[in-house]
Amino acid sequence: MFKSSWTYHEAPESTDHIQIKEQYELYINGAFTKPVEGKYFDTINPSNNQKIASIAEASKKDVDKAVKAAKKAFKGWAALSGKERGKYIFRIARLIQERAREFAVIESLDGGKPIRESRDIDIPLAANHFFYYAGWADKLAYAFPNRKVKPVGVAGQIIPWNFPLLMAAWKLAPALATGNTVVLKPAETTPLTALKLAEIIHDSGLPKGVVNIVTGAGATGAEIVNHPEVDKIAFTGSTGVGKYIQNAIAGTHKKVTLELGGKGANIIFEDAAIDQAVEGIINAIFFNQGHVCCAGSRLFVQESVANVVIQKLKDRMETLIVGDPLDKNTDIGAINSKKQLQTIENYIKIGLNEGGEIYQPNCNLPKKGNWCAPTLFLNVSQSHRIVQEEIFGPVLAIQTFRTIDEVIEKANNTPYGLSAGVWTQTGSKIFHLTQKLNAGVIWANTFNKFDATSPFGGYKESGFGREGGLHGLSSYVTFD
Amino acid sequence: MFPNLNNLPVYDTTGVNERVKRFCSRSIKKSSKVEGLKLAMSMIDLTTLEGKDTKGKVEQLCYKAMHPHDVLKDIPKVAAVCVYPSYVGVAKKALKGSNIQVASVATAFPSGQSNLEVKLNDTKFAVDQGADEIDMVISRGAFLAGDYQFVFDEIASIKEACGKAHLKVILETGELDTLDNVRKASEIAMYAGADFIKTSTGKIQPAATMQVTYVMLDAIKDFYLKTGKMIGMKPAGGISNSKLALQYLVMLNEVLGEKWMNKNYFRFGASSLLNDVLMQLVKAETGLYQSPNYFSKD
Repeated sequence: MFKSSWTYHEAPESTDHIQIKEQYELYINGAFTKPVEGKYFDTINPSNNQKIASIAEASKKDVDKAVKAAKKAFKGWAALSGKERGKYIFRIARLIQERAREFAVIESLDGGKPIRESRDIDIPLAANHFFYYAGWADKLAYAFPNRKVKPVGVAGQIIPWNFPLLMAAWKLAPALATGNTVVLKPAETTPLTALKLAEIIHDSGLPKGVVNIVTGAGATGAEIVNHPEVDKIAFTGSTGVGKYIQNAIAGTHKKVTLELGGKGANIIFEDAAIDQAVEGIINAIFFNQGHVCCAGSRLFVQESVANVVIQKLKDRMETLIVGDPLDKNTDIGAINSKKQLQTIENYIKIGLNEGGEIYQPNCNLPKKGNWCAPTLFLNVSQSHRIVQEEIFGPVLAIQTFRTIDEVIEKANNTPYGLSAGVWTQTGSKIFHLTQKLNAGVIWANTFNKFDATSPFGGYKESGFGREGGLHGLSSYVTFD
Repeated sequence: MFPNLNNLPVYDTTGVNERVKRFCSRSIKKSSKVEGLKLAMSMIDLTTLEGKDTKGKVEQLCYKAMHPHDVLKDIPKVAAVCVYPSYVGVAKKALKGSNIQVASVATAFPSGQSNLEVKLNDTKFAVDQGADEIDMVISRGAFLAGDYQFVFDEIASIKEACGKAHLKVILETGELDTLDNVRKASEIAMYAGADFIKTSTGKIQPAATMQVTYVMLDAIKDFYLKTGKMIGMKPAGGISNSKLALQYLVMLNEVLGEKWMNKNYFRFGASSLLNDVLMQLVKAETGLYQSPNYFSKD
C-alpha cells in the first residue's frame, strides 16, 4: 500500500583500495609461515560464490608450533609492565582505525554482511575494544582491588564467522591487556580480516609469538582445544561445539569461557512506542542476516497490539533492500555460506510443515550467491521447532501473549539464555522484566547494541563467562 | 469530528533518531540523484516572509519561480510562491498563466496571537486576493494549555473560510517540545480539515527537523489507513541544501511511498534550497561545480 517508487541507483563501495593476496599463510611466532602439510583451502565470496583467496590449513603440527611459540613468548610478555603492553594494544587499535575502510570492504566481501554494518558497526567496535582494553592494561590493580593478578598463560581462542574481526577483537584485546599470549583460529569461511589483523599486529611490532593466528576448520580448532600446553579456551560458536569443548577439557587444568547459541525473546507490550518497536524487531532479527547469536528470533507481541505491529512490520519489510553486500544501500546481505543457507532453508521447510504461516516481502534476490529473503512465521507456538531451535538466519517466529507472567514464562522456556528485549514506555515494567528474564543481555527499547564497556555472555546453554567491560578481564586472570 | 487523543501512538526519541539516521545513510547517486533533485525542485514553495518585503521583491521572486535557471533544459518549475497576504495580489498577477500556485500565510502569522475574527478576516483577505493555498498557524498557547477543542475549532473555522483554497496547518513544532505533542497536534489538524500539515513558520528555531517530519508522516499514514484520505506534508525552514532535501525524500519514499511522491502531497518550504538544487543539477549535467555567482538570487 505504501510501496516506494523511487529506486536508488546502485552505490557500491569501491574495492580499488584494498589488497588481498592470492594466498595466505599461518601467522606463527611473528612470521607468515607455510603449513607443514602444505594444504590450503579456498575462502569464498558468498554473494557470488567465487573464490577470493587460498588459505593455509593448519594441521596438528602447525598448531603445536603456534602453541609452543605462544608459550615461549608468554614469560616476556607477562613480565612487561601494563603500561608497555597497553602501548602495543593502543597501536593496534589506531592501525585498525587507519585502515577501517579496507577492513570494512574485506569483511563484507568475505562474509556477505552489508557494508553499512561492517563500516558502521563491526570495524569501529573492533577498534573500540582494543582501545578500551588498552586502557585497562596498567590498571589491573584497580580492576581487582587487594588481589595480586596474574595472567593465565596461553589462551586458545576460536571465533565464529558472523562477526569475524569483531570477535577476534573481543578475544584478543582482554587477553593481551592481562598479559596472556594467544593462539587464535578464525572461522574457515571468514578468515580474511583476521589475517589482515595479523598484518597489523605484525606492523605494530608486538613481540613475536604473543599472537599467533592459525586458520582451518573444526579439526584445527580441536587441535587447539586438546593441546596440553593451552591454559585457557575461549570459544564463540554453536552450542554443539561448546558441549564438545567442555567434554574435551574435563579433568584438565584448562579454564574455559563459552559464548554459544541463543533464541532471544523480543517482547513488545501494548504501551510501547510501536513504530520504534517495529524498527527494533527489524534490527533484532535482520541485523547481519540474522547470523547473530543474540538475535531476537522469538517475537512476543501483546495481543491487543498484535495486528498493528504485524501490519507495520510487513510494511517496513517491503522497504528492506536485499542484495550486493558492498552496495551502501543494502540492508540485508548474503547468507554466509551454502551450508548455512541449506540450514536456514531446511528450517523454513520445517516451519511450513509444522503449519506456520509464512510471510516474505517482494524482493528481488540476486541469481548467483547465497540469499534468503527476510521471513516471518505467524501462528506458531512454543511447541514449534522453529520457535525452539536456533536458525541463525533472517527468520522470525511471532507469538502473541496476554499477560506479563505468561510472557516471562514463555521467554524463559528455552534451553538458551543469551539475550532478550523489552519494549514499553513504562519504566517499572522494564525493571520487573530485567529481573525475571533469564538472559545475559537484556535491552530495553532497543536491540542489538554493543559496547566495549558492557559485559556480554549467556546463561544456560548459551554459555558462561563474560566478554567486554570489567567482567571481560576476569576470564584471563588468576590470583595468587 | 474531534479525534480520540487518548489512544495515540507514542514516540521514543532515541528510536526516532536512529531511524532518521538510517534514512540519512542511504546513498543517492547518478540517475536516482537527478530524479530526486528534480522532484525536490518541483516541490518547493519558494518563500519570502519578511517585514521588509515589497512589491518589487515579490515580483522578482515570482520571476525566479518561473525561470529558475533558463540555461538548464528539462527542469521543473517550483510548486508555489509563498508570501504574506498583502502581496498575494502582486504574486498572483506576476505568476499569471504559469501554473505556479500562490500560497499565503494567514491567521496572525507567525505567532497566531489574536482572536478568531481577526484570523478569519486575515484568511478571507488572502483568499479574496486570489491565494490558492493558505498556511495557517495553530494556537500553540491553547494547545500547550490542553485546550485541544479550541485548537480544533479554530482550524475547522479557518478551513471553512478558505473555500476552495487548500489549507496547510503549521504546527510550529519548535514550540511543541515533544514528539508526542507533534503527533497530537497532527491528529487535531488532520481531523479538523487540514489538506497539508506543516512543521514550522521558519521564525522559530528549531524549524523543520527530520525527526518531527517522521512523526508527522507516520500520523499521515495512520490517518490514511483509518479514513482513506491522503494528507500532504510540508517541512519548512532550515532545509537549505540538496543533500538534506534528498534525505527527506528518502524518508517520504520509505514511509509513505509512491502516492505521496509529488507536489500535491509533499512540499518544501524553503528559499535557498532552490539554488543549491540547481547547482547540483548543473554538476550532474556538466560534471563541474559552478560558482554560486552563476545562479540568480532573487
